[in-house]
Amino acid sequence: MIAMARFILLRLLHTVLILFGVSIVAFGLIHLIPGNPLDILLPPEAPKEVVERLKVEFGFDKPLYVQYLAWLGRVLSGNLGTSVFTGLQVTGELLNALGNTLVLAVPAALLGFSLGTTLGTLAAFNHGKALDKVFSVIAILGLSMPHYWLGIALVVVFAVIWPVLPAAGMGGTGGLPTSWEELRCLVLPVVTLSMIPMGVIGRLVRSTVLEVISQEFPTALEAKGLRRGRIVFHVLKNAAPPALAVMGLQLGYLVGGSILVETVFNWPGSGQFMNLAIFRRDIPVLQGTVVVLASFFVLINLMVDVVQALIDPRMRR
Amino acid sequence: MVEIAAAQPLLALDEPQGAEPRSYWTTVADRLRRDRVTIGVAIVLLLIIALAIFAPWAATHDPLQGSVLGRLKPVGTPGHLLGTDETGRDIWSRLVYGGRLSLICGITPVLLATLMGGTLGLVAGIGSRVINMLVMRVVDVFYAFPSVLLAIAICGVIGAGIGNTILSLTIVFIAPIVRVTESLATQVKSRDFVEAARASAAPLPAIIRQQILPNVLGGMLVYATSLVSISIIISAGLSFLGLGVTPPNPEWGLMLNALRQAIFVNPVVAALPGVAILITSLCFNLLSDGLRSAMDIKLPS
Repeated sequence: MIAMARFILLRLLHTVLILFGVSIVAFGLIHLIPGNPLDILLPPEAPKEVVERLKVEFGFDKPLYVQYLAWLGRVLSGNLGTSVFTGLQVTGELLNALGNTLVLAVPAALLGFSLGTTLGTLAAFNHGKALDKVFSVIAILGLSMPHYWLGIALVVVFAVIWPVLPAAGMGGTGGLPTSWEELRCLVLPVVTLSMIPMGVIGRLVRSTVLEVISQEFPTALEAKGLRRGRIVFHVLKNAAPPALAVMGLQLGYLVGGSILVETVFNWPGSGQFMNLAIFRRDIPVLQGTVVVLASFFVLINLMVDVVQALIDPRMRR
Repeated sequence: MVEIAAAQPLLALDEPQGAEPRSYWTTVADRLRRDRVTIGVAIVLLLIIALAIFAPWAATHDPLQGSVLGRLKPVGTPGHLLGTDETGRDIWSRLVYGGRLSLICGITPVLLATLMGGTLGLVAGIGSRVINMLVMRVVDVFYAFPSVLLAIAICGVIGAGIGNTILSLTIVFIAPIVRVTESLATQVKSRDFVEAARASAAPLPAIIRQQILPNVLGGMLVYATSLVSISIIISAGLSFLGLGVTPPNPEWGLMLNALRQAIFVNPVVAALPGVAILITSLCFNLLSDGLRSAMDIKLPS
């Protein structure tokens, strides 16, 4: 119990430090280009007094660390500023978009993880047989697939050649799907997104299960006369921690890296929100999206670490 | 003493009893020679690279020259074996030329990141606790960004272009490479033959060169090869979004984006650039798998 509390406390401390670093990177990003961020925003013929007034208004006249601390203070109180382009609050718009992304990412993760775990386990228990070989091919294809292309290919097959599913969009006003039509819109992007996690988790589960099977305890359980189903359960329980860690990373990638698939399916999620911000040179939106998506990724990893430590006491170093 | 220690391989080898002990690399080469999949993959990759290098000879048309009359011809059109694109340019020629930019944008970042990240990882793995902590905590911060997000954010700020694509992907890949190298180096550092070399007062550069590097490079090679696969997919993805290579340059991701409008007219032609990305990235993944099993390496996760 004390070990667990100590572990969680240390991990929390580590996470706070990482989040601090993440905020510096997200803030510093726009200063990768030399000069004043306003120079990109404003046309070159903008009158000098307007530039000066805007500089003061956005705080660009102050030293960088003052700007950073002011920004960090606002972000910590949940205020990501207002969009330069639309004048709307970034926080509200981003949360909306992030919700739409989760509507895709969570089912895609569940599909990818369950397919990967099932196929990987089956492959490991049939090591070297035809099933194992077929699975290896599927898994490595999932890994090597440019998923944005798979999305286009699926649209061609299921929306153009054999039109049974909608090609793009959410079919409604956003948020959780409430109608049959909205559910149908989910199918193609969710299948597209689930390919990479399926491949990654499947390969990992296969190799971990193979390793666990080669230990002595499954043979002992078999000798004891335990049912096959129970043996598989014990093997999987031992193979779970590494798979869980990678599942956390994969869910983070699905949320943070969904921009390409969202573009293909014209899905109004956080990726498209960021893409728009890039082309509009909307700095507050870009900074806000990057810091929120990266923090989300960090927090998922923290949760995974805690769950891992709960399952496997060896992790509570 | 140093010689004896250096001869010790990191991995147990299946040497026949009583035979002359074979070197680690001879065994690896033997295993690779017997691995038909990896040999086949290596041949396909060499072919793709050769096509890209000798594009002026392999291409049948000018990749930038279109014709209004010959737009979106299907696969198998006489004179245009793989059809033509939305402005009537020959797809085969564009794919061959496109391989140049796609391969350069895929491979260069991994090479650069392996050089820089590998050095940092070795320093962190071998160096004192303070150095290790400094390097690894900074790396942790960059590792906290999903790779696609970081690449897109950097490219979005510094702008599109070949150089910027390579720069952003290099930054993205340094952190994972440092982590892998550091953990490989830390593992090797605690092994007996390194202790022995230390005890015999071998100078640090010699220990690094003769004991640590040979045992870390294999793992780095396997990891970097699999990263090339990801790098090709992300760099083509950046161009697909309009953040990477700029038109009219032929590049696979860019072609895929331009041909997206044509999926209703000519779906097979529109899919071809994606097939090129898939085959290349698949080959690098399979090559990485082949090298991994030939070298009998287990990468830290």
